[in-house]
Amino acid sequence: MNGERGAWQRFLASDFFYDFKRSPVTLVSFVIVVTLILLAILADLVAPTNPFDPASLNLMNGFTPPMEPNAFTGETFLFGTDDQGRDLLSAIIYGLRVSLFVGLTAVILAMVLGVSLGLLAGYRGGWIDSLIMRIADIQMTFPSILIAVLIFGVARGLLPPDLRDELAISVLIIAIGLSEWVPFARTVRGTTMVEKEKEYVQAARLIGLGSGQIMLRHILPNVLSPVLVIATITLALAIIAEATLSFLGVGAPPTEPSLGTLIRIGQDFLFSGEWWILLFPSVTLLALALSVNLLGDWLRDTLNPRLK
Amino acid sequence: MLFIIARRLLQAFVVLLLVALVAFTIFRFIGDPVESLLGQEATVADRQALIDRMGLNDPIPVQYLRFVGNAIRGDFGISYRTAEPVSALIAERLPATLELAFVSALFAIALGTLLGIYTAIFRHGFTAHAIMSSSLIGVSLPTFLIGVLLIWLFAVELGWLPSFGRGETVQIGFWSTGFLTASGLKSLILPAITLGLYQMTLIMRLVRAEMLEILRQDFIRFARARGLPERMVYFGHALKNTMVPVITVAGLQLGAIIAFAIITETVFQWPGVGLMFINAVFFVDIPVMSAYLLLVGTVFVVINLIVDLLYLVIDPRLRDGQLKRQTV
Repeated sequence: MNGERGAWQRFLASDFFYDFKRSPVTLVSFVIVVTLILLAILADLVAPTNPFDPASLNLMNGFTPPMEPNAFTGETFLFGTDDQGRDLLSAIIYGLRVSLFVGLTAVILAMVLGVSLGLLAGYRGGWIDSLIMRIADIQMTFPSILIAVLIFGVARGLLPPDLRDELAISVLIIAIGLSEWVPFARTVRGTTMVEKEKEYVQAARLIGLGSGQIMLRHILPNVLSPVLVIATITLALAIIAEATLSFLGVGAPPTEPSLGTLIRIGQDFLFSGEWWILLFPSVTLLALALSVNLLGDWLRDTLNPRLK
Repeated sequence: MLFIIARRLLQAFVVLLLVALVAFTIFRFIGDPVESLLGQEATVADRQALIDRMGLNDPIPVQYLRFVGNAIRGDFGISYRTAEPVSALIAERLPATLELAFVSALFAIALGTLLGIYTAIFRHGFTAHAIMSSSLIGVSLPTFLIGVLLIWLFAVELGWLPSFGRGETVQIGFWSTGFLTASGLKSLILPAITLGLYQMTLIMRLVRAEMLEILRQDFIRFARARGLPERMVYFGHALKNTMVPVITVAGLQLGAIIAFAIITETVFQWPGVGLMFINAVFFVDIPVMSAYLLLVGTVFVVINLIVDLLYLVIDPRLRDGQLKRQTV
């Protein structure tokens, strides 16, 4: 307990926390991201209704504008309802859960893949290095959204039709994860090539440790801070990629709408004047992506004082 | 010099073959071509006839070579969904995408360069600050949301511009153009802005940074000392020297514009190859996906090749040693 408090106090006294306190933009972004993550985790508790429970839906409530009582039922909804009478606030909270889940898992996948390949390429060198980096070069030539759509399409082709909707979320995660590994691999490879010449790695080799252990236990901890920065920036990219794919109709299935799916639905009702179905999911997506981006920028500046 | 060019050409050729290999793998091994074309009720004899006709029992390398040969002649197989030749589908839709990409690129380069010069010259002014800050917001907005917001403002609220499709087109030979009718031109505006906005801000920031860099240099000071008018200094001396990086970035971004057309075309239901690709992914129309990959891959490789060779022409320092950019 004592040791824990010591660590906490050391954290409060650190430059890292000092920088954090001093930047109002970062504080606001942090609060927004934490709030949205909490909403997503606690969706079952905080959402006024469960938008996927048909029993809780009342078609009479359809197209209720925000903050106005419905003409038939007299019920009021903070963000209004969609065509099915589904409470938009609840749909957004559940959509946020899908968006964040896909974004976070895709980044973890990209990170694990990119860091492993980067360590391997940087530490081993030779033909393994050339092979991995050539593939990375070719992949970097194409925009990642194109690669993600392509992987999604290939995976749909491989799956039997009745499983396509069921596994759509997993396919989405794999598609986005595989399209974002290159920046991790490049950075880790560069740092690894510098680190492996240092004396502590020579010493580890001298006492007979295997390459795997040297890479994971000795080099990895020293390349982690740029990885953290890339992960944050990639998270914003992954959230936007997920929203884009779902908006295009090749992402989250209709049974599990993400923020992108909700925006897609909202676009259909723009011409009939139901603007709120589009506006609120869009604002939520923007707030999330922008805050994560700003946090990433701040993290990069703080962990890399030379860039300041 | 010749050696570098030859090596660069060889590299591009190898990458193209690799892209073709991926496209072939998708084409041949995902889904069952025979079942997709004939349906499940086909007789065994029908199936065997089709397998023989498509050469599906030949060794894989032979099939790959035939695939590449067919692709070079413009034969990408038959769409599983519409049963039309894929090459006909692409030929019908390619003009729409190319016209859209052309107008977007023009918009991005022209407006980006203008705003870049403006923000560099009046860098302490209020307008320049406003432009720079709003460009940050523009970069953070996802492309599809920009499109939807533009539709909302200009098509729904103001009713000035159409929100989907190409309007009326005029058929000139095999090319259908929207440039010649009023509705065709009006339909181009919103999609072109949506598609070009990101590239526009990119070019603007690049021009601004390069201009600021060059305005600090001695020859600008001397030009001013010689009494040249400011207009001559900015456009005759400074701008000329910023154009090299701008041209290369603009060239590389052309590929990105064609790829991002997938999103813009879906938002505006623009009947181009990007929308065709998204529909192919949705309906698992494998030959169309494979052909699109080949098409876009070729565009990217060729653009990268041209930009790299342009570097050699523009910057003599690179001719002796290695290429500066190693983008394969």
